[in-house]
Amino acid sequence: MVTLLQIHEPGETPEPHATKSELAVGIDLGTTNSVVAISSEGKPEVIRDNDGSALVPSIVAYAPDGSAIVGTLAKGLLLSRPEAVVSSIKRLMGRGVADIKSLAGQLPYEIESTNSEGMVRLKVSGQSLTPVEISADILRALKERANERLGETVSKAVITVPAYFDDAQRVATKDAARLAGIDVLRLVAEPTAAALAYGLDAGAEGLYAVFDLGGGTFDVSLLRMEKGVFQVLATGGDAALGGDDFDHAIAEYFLGQRTGELHEKSFSADEAKVALMTARLAKECLTTDESGEWVIEARGETSRHSLGRDELDLLIKPLVDKTIKICSNVLDDGGVGIDEIKGVVLVGGSTRVPLVRKRVGEFFGREPLANIDPDEVVAIGAALQAEALTQGSDTLLLDVIPLSLGLETMGGLVEKVVHRNTTIPVAKAQEFTTFQDGQTAMSIHVVQGEREMAEQNRSLARFNLSGIPPMTAGAARIRVTFQVDADGLLTVSATEDSTGINAQVEVKPSYGLSDEEMATMLRASMEHAQDDMELRLLTEARVEAERAMKAVESALKADCSLLDDGERDAIGRQIDVVMAAVRGNDRDLINAEVENLDSVTRPFAEKRMDKGIRSALKGVEVKKLDT
Amino acid sequence: MNTSENISSSETETAPVVPCWSCHGPLTAGLAFCPTCKAVQQPASVDHFIRLGLEVNFDVDLSALDKVYFELQRALHPDRFATRTTKEKMYSQAQATAINDAYETIKNPLKRADYLIHIKGVNVMPDGCNLVNDPTILMEAMEVREKLASAETISMVDAIANDARAEIKDVIAGISLAFKGDDIEGACQLTTRLKYLTKLLGEVRQRRTQVS
Repeated sequence: MVTLLQIHEPGETPEPHATKSELAVGIDLGTTNSVVAISSEGKPEVIRDNDGSALVPSIVAYAPDGSAIVGTLAKGLLLSRPEAVVSSIKRLMGRGVADIKSLAGQLPYEIESTNSEGMVRLKVSGQSLTPVEISADILRALKERANERLGETVSKAVITVPAYFDDAQRVATKDAARLAGIDVLRLVAEPTAAALAYGLDAGAEGLYAVFDLGGGTFDVSLLRMEKGVFQVLATGGDAALGGDDFDHAIAEYFLGQRTGELHEKSFSADEAKVALMTARLAKECLTTDESGEWVIEARGETSRHSLGRDELDLLIKPLVDKTIKICSNVLDDGGVGIDEIKGVVLVGGSTRVPLVRKRVGEFFGREPLANIDPDEVVAIGAALQAEALTQGSDTLLLDVIPLSLGLETMGGLVEKVVHRNTTIPVAKAQEFTTFQDGQTAMSIHVVQGEREMAEQNRSLARFNLSGIPPMTAGAARIRVTFQVDADGLLTVSATEDSTGINAQVEVKPSYGLSDEEMATMLRASMEHAQDDMELRLLTEARVEAERAMKAVESALKADCSLLDDGERDAIGRQIDVVMAAVRGNDRDLINAEVENLDSVTRPFAEKRMDKGIRSALKGVEVKKLDT
Repeated sequence: MNTSENISSSETETAPVVPCWSCHGPLTAGLAFCPTCKAVQQPASVDHFIRLGLEVNFDVDLSALDKVYFELQRALHPDRFATRTTKEKMYSQAQATAINDAYETIKNPLKRADYLIHIKGVNVMPDGCNLVNDPTILMEAMEVREKLASAETISMVDAIANDARAEIKDVIAGISLAFKGDDIEGACQLTTRLKYLTKLLGEVRQRRTQVS
């Protein structure tokens, strides 16, 4: 059906509905498993496969031609084709080559060691891939799952990240989404998303702690919940502590037994992989069983291993101790006593481990809440937030920045500019000066973390502020502003105050992708990438057109009397033209017609301003007469 | 306090009329939203108290502060503008940032006192209220630090913390009185003391983790 131009009375133009609201999902992009969920009318629902499983293993298998298989199928190839399969890639997001060296031997990947700078690359099936590309493949699989299930293309999402993720890790996550053709409405901290799911579900009010132990990350957040407000007071964690570490502890124990039993001096990489799988199995069994026996078969040799709950508890105790210690610090940071906490929420598959539950219960002095599946609760919260962001809502999430942001100063020390646990969005400025006569440039090094020395923290970016007019040492006033947005992402700008020289940098992390790399990947990633980009620009043009039409309609409603019939008709006609353009797919046409609308209404705007200023003056005169 | 749609300075009669960036119609400078087309505006450059619609006063009802803060963020937080135009996102972020800054400053007694002294425009000491300038505090700080360093048990550390907390309460009451009597110099001296005690509590926390 073709609708031709509709003629409306000015001021009666209906609300434009050219872009029907697009579907927005919530995605929990996990270390071990990922989950996608959708919410409509406040009812969130996890999207399952045909077998009823919500969890998509965060595992990707690559064929030599670069095509990817994600999830359970890829997991099945983990042992038979280890060189083609990548797991736990989240641990490498936003990490540099140097970080990975410290993890050497722990990671089941082959790291490309050619370039020592920039982002880590993995060798998989003869290809060189970044963690961002691999994560993008997982996100694509989740998007496809949602598309199939909902019968529509999903292009917007709320994606969760560990609360303790730094700027580099958040940027990497957002880049991965962009590669997968997903428009990120917001990055939400995982414990905050979980709190949202619980708070809205159970109407929780008061102070709550969220204990989130996943496959590779640990977060604890302290929140105040009341009447739809979720205010994070403090957050803490460890971006490299999770159930994977439990598996490693058990695997090491098994391998120790095995080498003793078989009189081996060392073990091979294959044995290590099998031991790790066996360890995971043992851990899961011991959630319900008191003890068990497992067999490791590798290199044609069989070894038998028994493990009881008590021994498991001993193996993982140091790791669990670490999480409890972090809980205590977070309460301290929030200035909250344990007795003030009304409830503790458990999130993440690793909170199924009995020792974890026991210790959390003991520490907080109460039985933790786990009535929403700890593997699904984060995705549910993300879906609720995706609905809130697209459909409107009274819910308010106020999150904080997890790690302080600072600048390197003289002697390699850090000057903190934004302190951790500050509510975002936040902007802070700090003034610096030159330390040499005639100094005309200054190098700025942005770091994130709590340590005193710059080199001990995460290096986010380095940039130069040049063109400072030569002055005596200490005379220049360089103002560096840190703006952190609601996603927890940083933008830094700098000005020299006496001259106004400005340098703006988007903080592309030292370990991030450059714009060129991103562009190349977007081109290479899929044929549709170009379409995705076009679609995004078209959507932006439509949103802008709707804003412009709504503005003119409001103005007509308020000040219709300032126009004669001819003027009113002209504006009404142009609104119809814009509406017709919005219904079409020509982005340039939409933009051009919005500009025309602006021109047509300019005399009207001038009349309205005149009227506004006249009545304001009149108001002042009346007041003067009164006094 | 007006509704969130009409956050304005208390002196609207002198505020100029400016055009709305979106519908180009007139609006009183300082409003967060255009009264005609409801578009979010750039935040006004007003002081923290005016931004939150509060009286300029050291004594603050914290639950009333929370209420007004949540109300403003509900209307202006970037989450409300996630599907809007780039410009609206930008202004909402600037608004939310300014509101967070105001809230953080007013919520914390030390920051509030510092800020009030700053906006009262009184330059009591060349560097403002700075504890480095106060030799008695310096001496005392050295003594307490020694005591803290030699505290070997949690209870010894906690005793120092409790003393500090009790004094902080008194000092805050003193600052309130000083502001009431327009004694800015007195407020400044007590604020310096509050700064020192707050710093001490931080050090106590560190020591506590070392001892335990």
